Amino acid sequence: MEDLRRRDFLKQTALVGGGVILGQQLLTDGSGTLKQALALVPEITAEKIAVRLRVNGANYGLRLDPRVSLLNLLREQLDLTGTKKGCDHGQCGACTVLVDGRRINSCLALAVTYDGAEITTIEGLAKGDQLHPLQSAFIEHEGFQCGYCTSGQICSAVAMLQEVEQGTVSHVTADVRRQGPVELTDDEIRERMSGNVCRCGAYPGIVSAIREVSAAGRSSSI
Amino acid sequence: MKPFAFTRASNSQTAIQAVIKDQAAKFIAGGTNLVDLMKEDVEQPNHLVDINRLALTRIEEHNGGLRLGALARNSDTANHRLVRERFPLVSQAILSGASAQLRNAATNGGNLMQRTRCYYFYDVAMPCNKRQPGSGCGALEGFNRMHAILGASTQCIAVHPSDMCVALMALDAVIQVEGPEGSRSIPFAEFHRLPGDTPQLDTNLKHGELITAIDLPAAASAFSAHSYYLKIRDRASYAFALVSIAAALEVQNGTIKQARLALGGVAHKPWRAPEAEAVLNGAPLNQETFRRAATAALKKAQGYKYNSFKVELGRRGIVRALTIAAGEGRTA
Repeated sequence: MEDLRRRDFLKQTALVGGGVILGQQLLTDGSGTLKQALALVPEITAEKIAVRLRVNGANYGLRLDPRVSLLNLLREQLDLTGTKKGCDHGQCGACTVLVDGRRINSCLALAVTYDGAEITTIEGLAKGDQLHPLQSAFIEHEGFQCGYCTSGQICSAVAMLQEVEQGTVSHVTADVRRQGPVELTDDEIRERMSGNVCRCGAYPGIVSAIREVSAAGRSSSI
Repeated sequence: MKPFAFTRASNSQTAIQAVIKDQAAKFIAGGTNLVDLMKEDVEQPNHLVDINRLALTRIEEHNGGLRLGALARNSDTANHRLVRERFPLVSQAILSGASAQLRNAATNGGNLMQRTRCYYFYDVAMPCNKRQPGSGCGALEGFNRMHAILGASTQCIAVHPSDMCVALMALDAVIQVEGPEGSRSIPFAEFHRLPGDTPQLDTNLKHGELITAIDLPAAASAFSAHSYYLKIRDRASYAFALVSIAAALEVQNGTIKQARLALGGVAHKPWRAPEAEAVLNGAPLNQETFRRAATAALKKAQGYKYNSFKVELGRRGIVRALTIAAGEGRTA
């Protein structure tokens, strides 16, 4: 039997429609090796594309199927599983990462379109054993229950506090014409964090964690 | 997701040449809508041409107005100092849409090209004339709560999902396009299409034409003191509009010198309301004027089984948006 990790196996069979059923058939078929069986799976691949990325300070030179999302790349190929897959459709924010310092949904990003980018994930926020102030504040204020959305919430909040420092306005800012500092009220925090959904409803803790870090001298730099 | 070839373009001409070769080739920039649709097999391009490296990200003064680069990100556009000062309606509209993460990735050109959020369009198991011409419309007799009340056809009652485009419609933006046969300008009102018998066509762009910029004309900055984008939706943030209103007034001595009104969430394209503007132009600035304008704007509106509420919601929204615009276009 081939020494094949379950995740790699699923990855290969998932390229075919109904991959799971096919996988079961292969696993119960004792007539040949798994390698022989997999050779029967029609290969549906696209030409690989060269991509250079810097992730949490480490450089990667990769050749990628252009269909791979930045989220799947991080989780499946770089083993950075701190970034979570929630809806996979840009509706929940669990996959939020920082690309060149800005927050985006990694699930809707084709990795090949981010060649040369610098990416920071939840794994890249702490300095050694010293947590990022927002990580500490989320623990202190119980900004989570199950924790699944937390990586996305924290990455999003890191970028959000920087956006506020830059004087950006939001949907709830009373007058977009007025330049200058924006007061980060709870309404502003909620609106600016609306791209991160928490099914447990830990929002009060999330808002108070962000409020505290913001008030504690804008210590949001990463 | 179906396999596709991928090319990075370094300038607009190579991008256009790459797309023109294959009817099933597409440009990709932020990808926030296209990638989503590809995951559902609603879009199945053979070839994606990445235009993110093209030098189309600038926002600059142009003929007294502003030229917004097609590849400027929505968040950068909404927060640009000159956009906020002179065209606050555009900032407000962009900021009312999607989430901060999506606005950071989404581009101005892509915003114009986003496709409807009709559930039947997204669900490949359902009939949809927009996705598969001739297959029928699931929404017409189905769950049509988010659907059109103006300009629909028996083929399609989907609505255009953009907020930014509603503001651009009100302000008479002009779209700059580069194609295999050279450049052209498209007035915003002629950019998107009504469904008619060809709901598969969202816009009047030809295959291989690339949006390079959006021009906000100098004349539209006359509305900067009195404009407001009101978005009415099922939750306070991060949801598509049921009805949205871009209201822009130029006020002089208690009289409306000129007005612009456009609606979102009600039609296959951002909907301009010239009947309402005719009521507003030259009229006294008061609630009675606003109510008459609202009635005129929705006179031809027609609801379906689940969305008739949009007609009255639209009327009241128009009055409210005009009221806020008549103030100073601020909410607090």
